[in-house]
Amino acid sequence: MSDLRDTTVSPADLAAAEPAATAPNQRHERASWLWLLNTRLVLGLIIIAIFLLGSFLLPFFAPHDPAQQATYMKNLKISPAHWLGTNGLGQDTLWYLIFSVRNSLILGIFVGLGISAISTAIGLSAGFIGGAYERIVMLIVDSFITIPLLPILIILGALIRGNNNFFTIGVIIVIFGWAWNARTIRSMVLSLREREFINMARFSGAGTLAILVREVFPYVSAYLVVGFINTILFAINTEATLAVIGLSKVDVPTLGSIIFWALNYNALFTGNVTWLVAPIIATILLFLGLFLTSTGFNAAFANKRGVA
Amino acid sequence: MIRLNNVVASYRTARGSINAVDGVTIEIPDGCILGVAGESGCGKSTLMKLIYGDVTSPMGLASGSIEYGFGDDKGRPITSDNIRDYWFNRISYIPQSSMNSLNPVVKVGKQFVDFPGSDPDKKRVLAQVRDYIGKLGLPVETLDAYPHQLSGGMRQRVMIAMATFFQPQLILADEPTTALDVVVQKDILLLLMELQEQMGNTILLVSHDMGVHYQVTTRMLIMYAAKAVEYGDSESVFAAPLHPYTKMLISSLPTIGDDSARDGIPGRPPSLWQDLSGCRFADRCPLATARCRAEEPALVEHKPGHWAACHYAGEMTARAEAA
Amino acid sequence: MAVILKTEGLNKVYRLGSLTRSREIRALNDINLHIESDRPVIVSVVGESGSGKTTLAKTLLRLVEPSSGRATIYDQVVAGAGATARGRAFLAAVQPIFQNPFEAFSRYRPVDAYLHETAIRVAGLDKAQANDAVAAALAAVGLDHADVRNKYSNQFSGGELQRVSIARALIPEPNLIIADEPVSMIDASRRMIIINLFRKLKEEAGRSFLYITHDLATAYYISDFVAVMSKGTLVEFGPAKDVMSNPQHSYTRLLLDSIPTTRTRWRPRGAKAA
Repeated sequence: MSDLRDTTVSPADLAAAEPAATAPNQRHERASWLWLLNTRLVLGLIIIAIFLLGSFLLPFFAPHDPAQQATYMKNLKISPAHWLGTNGLGQDTLWYLIFSVRNSLILGIFVGLGISAISTAIGLSAGFIGGAYERIVMLIVDSFITIPLLPILIILGALIRGNNNFFTIGVIIVIFGWAWNARTIRSMVLSLREREFINMARFSGAGTLAILVREVFPYVSAYLVVGFINTILFAINTEATLAVIGLSKVDVPTLGSIIFWALNYNALFTGNVTWLVAPIIATILLFLGLFLTSTGFNAAFANKRGVA
Repeated sequence: MIRLNNVVASYRTARGSINAVDGVTIEIPDGCILGVAGESGCGKSTLMKLIYGDVTSPMGLASGSIEYGFGDDKGRPITSDNIRDYWFNRISYIPQSSMNSLNPVVKVGKQFVDFPGSDPDKKRVLAQVRDYIGKLGLPVETLDAYPHQLSGGMRQRVMIAMATFFQPQLILADEPTTALDVVVQKDILLLLMELQEQMGNTILLVSHDMGVHYQVTTRMLIMYAAKAVEYGDSESVFAAPLHPYTKMLISSLPTIGDDSARDGIPGRPPSLWQDLSGCRFADRCPLATARCRAEEPALVEHKPGHWAACHYAGEMTARAEAA
Repeated sequence: MAVILKTEGLNKVYRLGSLTRSREIRALNDINLHIESDRPVIVSVVGESGSGKTTLAKTLLRLVEPSSGRATIYDQVVAGAGATARGRAFLAAVQPIFQNPFEAFSRYRPVDAYLHETAIRVAGLDKAQANDAVAAALAAVGLDHADVRNKYSNQFSGGELQRVSIARALIPEPNLIIADEPVSMIDASRRMIIINLFRKLKEEAGRSFLYITHDLATAYYISDFVAVMSKGTLVEFGPAKDVMSNPQHSYTRLLLDSIPTTRTRWRPRGAKAA
């Protein structure tokens, strides 16, 4: 009888794995997160880190509540006392900007988490369980997808103008924003469902929940990270759009509300260009950071999978 | 006569350079069907690509040369530098997966006449093609169909028709029937053999199926870990293999009607990333001695027309017969 | 004598197309099998692509619902009307081995996680017993538990992974192991290691196998019984030796004729080159 024992798996054997049927390359000798790093991702993370740390830590040092009007002289130029000058309402532009970034980020992260949680739960379950459950859920998802968010928000904003809670906006964005991601996750799960290791897990005795969490989830996690960051972008963008039109709670400093006030107080005509330009540049940089991080993760995950 | 002179093909990767074909020197006589066998990773597909001239980065011909023995229309010799210009003309290639090689949105007939540099009178070429595929057992309607409308066997016949239409001197077939059912495989292989007889060209056939090699080929090349370990007439190689790997390879395949015990070859080929000295098969060879591990055996003609790279060539067969 | 496998009028019809215009594909056409034995057996189901052999395997594994008919494995009705085998009882009785060993394991989980899961959830063992069971199963297929522990699927070769797969299927001591083309993705020179393993497990561990394949040669090598399928229909069935040496159906004869063997040539050698 032949010796069934293969040569024990030694490092040499690992390197000699048959090329024809080997899974994409993974080097488990390296540190577990080093593969993530690429220029784009690092750059994006640095930008976001600056914004996050700046906007969350600096407020502790604010001399006054930046939203309080007439704290200083109006429309002062850039000076060592006011790094970005003051605006037409007598507020320090820089401090107002810092608080705005913080509030926009809080909103963005809140909405991002909300949408991610809901869309993941619904997408995973609908894709995997299938049958009547899936059909009903997808009907609901598709209905929500076709409802255009901005007109709804504009109508709601116009109706409850000024009286709405800042976080009501967030909740509404979550309600109308979860559907798209849910659909994407469901399609990913549909194709994963057919893969052999799901059957293997079934025959190993795993129940539906165990399969969803241990088998399916790791494969969608890459998308979830990217989706989360994109959602933050989407949320901040939507809120800013509303604020600029004046339909958000504009006394709360956000990136959009600065622009609203700047436009309403004719910043360009009074020569206070900084007031208008600073938030625009800040928004662009923040979005750039989020975009780079999102595509950086995407590229890192793709590299890990072995797709160029 | 096609000559491979110490051909070395290397792949350049982030980790360094690796020789997928490490010094193969053989002469392939005209008009034969040469079978190339070996396990996955042995270098047979890379060798095919080299001979075909499909050499793109990161793969490269690190050293050595290939002389094709046939010339162009003006009689000038063709070498590995300009072989690409003669694709489908003097040399052609039958791939494993016809579905991946035929354009799915173009009708088959149009793909035939779209060869660059072919006769500008497309209608005449089409008429010739119609005649030709009839001989290959394909109905004329094939030319008006899309690839997905044809069965696997018919598609492979189309590939063979394309590869042989211009009557090239050399045809390379890389696992041409692996994706086909066994009944269709037999038809395709018989077709190939018939065409070869009529045209008198040379066919290089790569297959993992030793049964296919036995049926179709006249000469055999066995490769192991980027080296050529045995080369000779098929009769000779199958009846009395000189290299222990060949013997074990043939014995690892069950045959209907044969009840003798069969064993897979335990272990795996050595990693080409290591520094390899001595015979590369030594770790898995039952005949291996210290000499094998220290000194790499050269490909030597142990019997007329039959080469093997082994210090103990022929011994395993002799022992088996004595037993 | 135990009824190892019995199918009665097993049918599977796929309907393609829309509500208004559709096409029927009969993947399984009235399959009637009856295999009885008091010793473990290896039954091969051979056929070409489209023969229905994989659909049959999927039906028996309850991955596909039959359109009509019934299937019984060791006195448990597993498919069709009145299927009594449910949940853990079924998993403990029937286990699969899949074709692509790299697809059979998740990239993100160590392969022995599946073995432990099977031992605990299907075989109902506690943690200590599970560890022993996993080690024993791996030893039975020629692998060392220490070499497998906490390794991921890409750290093994195809042959080794398939053996891990077989070890997992052994743990709950099932009545029947259904192997769907288990060696077609493994290098030809290493296939016999797995095939011989099936035979060894049948003789020493007393496991019965249903071996689905298109490779008649390996089927003949280890089977007690052979079933030949073509286009969804069972065309021939009998003891392996009989079917191979004295095929009754023309399709079986055609199949046997077409296999390239290393014994007799299809055509005599033409004039050899210089």
